Amino acid sequence: MSVIEIKGLTVQVTTEDGPKDILRGVDLTVKAGEVHALMGPNGSGKSTLAYAIAGHPKYSITGGSVTLDGQDVLAMSVDERARAGLFLAMQYPVEVPGVSISNFLRTSITAIRGEAPNLRHWIKELKESMAGLQIDPQFAERNVNEGFSGGERKRTEILQMELIHPKIAVLDETDSGLDVDALRVVSEGINRVCAKGETGVLLITHFTRILKYVKPDFVHVFYDGRIVREGGSELADEIEANGYAQFVTA
Amino acid sequence: MTATTEHIEREVAIVPPKDHTPVIRSLDPSDFPTPTSRDEEFRFTPMSKLRDLHKGDVPTTGGVAIAVNKVPGATFELTSAKTGERQGFTDKIAAGAWANVDSVSTLTISADAQLEESVVVSVVGSGAVSYGQLDINVEKFAKAVVIVDHIGDATYAGNIDINVADGASICVVSLQDWDAKAVHLAQHRITLGRDSSAKHVLITLGGEVVRILPSVVYTAPGGQAELFGLYFASAGQHAEHRLFVDHSQANCRSNVVYKGALDGEDAHTVWVGDVLIRANAVGTDTYEINRNLVLSGGGRADSVPNLEIETGEIVGAGHASTTGRFDDEQLFYLQSRGITPDEARKLVLRGFFEDLLGQISVPEINDRVRTSIETRLGGHI
Ligand SMILES: Nc1ncnc2c1ncn2[C@@H]1O[C@H](COP(=O)(O)OP(=O)(O)OP(=O)(O)O)[C@@H](O)[C@H]1O
Ligand SMILES: [Mg+2]
Repeated sequence: MSVIEIKGLTVQVTTEDGPKDILRGVDLTVKAGEVHALMGPNGSGKSTLAYAIAGHPKYSITGGSVTLDGQDVLAMSVDERARAGLFLAMQYPVEVPGVSISNFLRTSITAIRGEAPNLRHWIKELKESMAGLQIDPQFAERNVNEGFSGGERKRTEILQMELIHPKIAVLDETDSGLDVDALRVVSEGINRVCAKGETGVLLITHFTRILKYVKPDFVHVFYDGRIVREGGSELADEIEANGYAQFVTA
Repeated sequence: MTATTEHIEREVAIVPPKDHTPVIRSLDPSDFPTPTSRDEEFRFTPMSKLRDLHKGDVPTTGGVAIAVNKVPGATFELTSAKTGERQGFTDKIAAGAWANVDSVSTLTISADAQLEESVVVSVVGSGAVSYGQLDINVEKFAKAVVIVDHIGDATYAGNIDINVADGASICVVSLQDWDAKAVHLAQHRITLGRDSSAKHVLITLGGEVVRILPSVVYTAPGGQAELFGLYFASAGQHAEHRLFVDHSQANCRSNVVYKGALDGEDAHTVWVGDVLIRANAVGTDTYEINRNLVLSGGGRADSVPNLEIETGEIVGAGHASTTGRFDDEQLFYLQSRGITPDEARKLVLRGFFEDLLGQISVPEINDRVRTSIETRLGGHI
């Protein structure tokens, strides 16, 4: 059973006015088979946490630790982290001109599995995953995220998650920008991965609507660079009803 | 590396007609003064690396080997006599090539022929100083693809004159896949007849100095020119492409797309795109774009689009030029999917050229170019 353990994580970004502290000591443990929702106001540092776990060079770790099954994640390069089993579905997935989705996915899967997939199996696997997420098969030949709508990008992130089948997946606002039908389709995709019991999910979101489909085992409230409250799904309803102000004074 | 992208989209003003006749037009190199880096045309050129070819009088020390495949509808001849009409060149290098060349290669595509297979003119250098003159004459309503493949090592000044008769359609790909030490200087002059079309493609991958000047002249209305270029310069390489499209006839089109990547210290690329729309060239439609991708530090990409318009009665005219570095966010995205940094850069680079290769659409070139670029990337990437 895989587990990611984040302890006392502090993170800075470099700004024009010098370094700025964003994460102020994050403690969080996510195990395979669990769904954790992370909710917090704009600018509280949720994406920073996601990027820091994935190893984005813009964020510097000033303290704390992150381990995946005991391995030091912070000592790994970005691609090593992915191959170790970490996955980040980005809030704003990036366009890569001239690189087709099918080429990109095949390259990624080859890297992650350590060998090129059997072509026939691979095509079948890709087709099924795309169908499950109601992605037009023609998207396979389109360039990565180029000209994709917001919702199409999010679906494609979940397509990647499903194919990569990570140990730990951080989904940064995957539900934002999805219409009601897409939300259901994407949620089902997430649930398919969860159902295998081998993936732990950290779901960053602003809305409880996705939590109606993807049932969280834990809800964490993020505020000003740290987790200020933890609880079950009732916490999400509390946030929806009363906002974050209650946690500030808490 | 941070992502930096400059974008130049200059306003285009209509200017009154000027006299655009070149100062000197001649087949005799002694009619030209020796160019220096103070001349506008040579201001980006490393004169000291031209092995004196710009002086127009370096004797031949051996030839390049030329071989052509047999394709029905195409005939190839080598003649030692320099007969027939030929327009004067506009610089000493080109005139010097003509003066020093031993024989003229003539490739004729017969009238109405639709070639099923590409004609491949292979030019193989053996390290010597050599000159060349290739004439590609495309007769009325003929259609063909010609690939001029330059490999080996050479100090080579070789011009190509492409004459496209009424209604004909030609694609000429000139591949500069030289060894590292080659110097290659050339003018490629395209003359377009009524309703004819030319696709001209320069692919410059090898050579220490490559400097090619493609030009397009329309002799009647309805001509269409597509000028494509793909170049890759690694450490110490100079790849210069200067083109001139002279819209002097009504209702002609030109479309220019050049893309280059630079990798390593002192890699230098130059792209100059001069497009002139003369007062009588009403109904002109032209667009030119140059994009450069600097892969590692120390490279320099000069990019100068230059559009001069003497009439407002045109369909369209535009230009753009961008120079950027590897986009860190793209590389991060790919790496976050398990792809190694090296492989991620290769993917982005391949992607950068992919749409251009699609437009060039000469299948036998694509794989060759992809492989050559990746080989030349060597340990840098
Ligand atoms: N390069 C930077 N320079 C200055 N401030 C930065 C930089 N990068 C991030 N920040 C700041 O860090 C804070 C946390 O940003 P982050 O994107 O992690 O927030 P978030 O919780 O994901 O917000 P949202 O809900 O809007 O997505 C913000 O105040 C943001 O402005
Ligand atoms: Mg965010």
